[in-house]
Amino acid sequence: MSMIQPIFILLLFQLAGEALRAATDTKVPGPVLGMILLTAFYILRRREPAPALQHAADGLLSWLGLLFVPAGVGIVANLALLRSAWLPISVALVGSTFLTLIATAWIMHRFGRSIFIPRTSARQEGR
Amino acid sequence: MTWPDLTQSLTPAVRAGLPLFAIVLTLGAYLLGVEIQKRLRSPLANPVLLAIVLIGITLRLFHLSYQDYFTGAQFIHFLLGPATVALAIPMVRALEHIRRGFWPLLSALLAGSLIGILSGYGLVRLLGGSQAVALSMAPKSLTTPIAIAVSSSIGGIPSLSAVLAILGGILVAISIDPLLNWLNIHEPSARGLAAGTAGSGIGASRVIPQHTLSAAFAGVAIGANGILTALLAPLLAPLLKHW
Repeated sequence: MSMIQPIFILLLFQLAGEALRAATDTKVPGPVLGMILLTAFYILRRREPAPALQHAADGLLSWLGLLFVPAGVGIVANLALLRSAWLPISVALVGSTFLTLIATAWIMHRFGRSIFIPRTSARQEGR
Repeated sequence: MTWPDLTQSLTPAVRAGLPLFAIVLTLGAYLLGVEIQKRLRSPLANPVLLAIVLIGITLRLFHLSYQDYFTGAQFIHFLLGPATVALAIPMVRALEHIRRGFWPLLSALLAGSLIGILSGYGLVRLLGGSQAVALSMAPKSLTTPIAIAVSSSIGGIPSLSAVLAILGGILVAISIDPLLNWLNIHEPSARGLAAGTAGSGIGASRVIPQHTLSAAFAGVAIGANGILTALLAPLLAPLLKHW
């Protein structure tokens, strides 16, 4: 029982996301819309998700790696492509990953440094 | 040693057993990958990459096609949907942090998302790569399930995006400490957010043990960058395709 309810909630929100995708004819993937809906739901309810749901989510996410093995295996059908375009692929992967990493860290460092101070002080008061 | 050619002997009985074979093969290869990573203690020995290689070799040995494999593997693949929805939970948990610094967070996430899409696409095209490869590179910073979904919706090759997302995550896990130390960025909030934005789950695994704040921000970044890039990439893709 404690397993079925969280799975039901996750699938229900995925279904709602897929329905929204079909209704609005958007290219945003249904599960992502489901994630947005679930986040919005808890923001509006101003309540923590039930422990059972948190538990199920943590469990599913700790095995996330296993879940994308089937899609990843598809690369064996694309080995020729990988071989022919290895230079643009490897340079773009390294370059783009470093740019993304540095830009995000720097903006957060520049503008968020004074807000998120890793200590427990009286910061929250009066905010 | 010769292996049975299953495609030559695909009797109804063998056909019926294929889905189960694919599921057992996937679980076994992944568990073996996890075990190898435990022994080697290196982010390079990624269980998913190891599993993909092991399964690829097995399929080759038994002359099985990817379609044969997917008849069973689709049941595992199906769980990507609810797992993606579950990414909402780490974001909801960090709501207090998000409320406190909404604008710096959104700016950093937006910049990370845009730079990830544009530089990924642009660098591939600049170096002579095809449009399909460039579109597969655009969502590579995302958590793999969302990278796969976005890739297929904008015209990329989903399996290539999956592998690139894993490799990008490994790259972040290896490089984040030296790179950000060199830039003198030490706050757990910035490190966590950058790890999750650029390297999703694998990148985050490097900073999660460092501080509770970096873990919280990495969790926010994985979900939020998934949302932002899933919204932005389909808008940008038609414009980018002119080049």
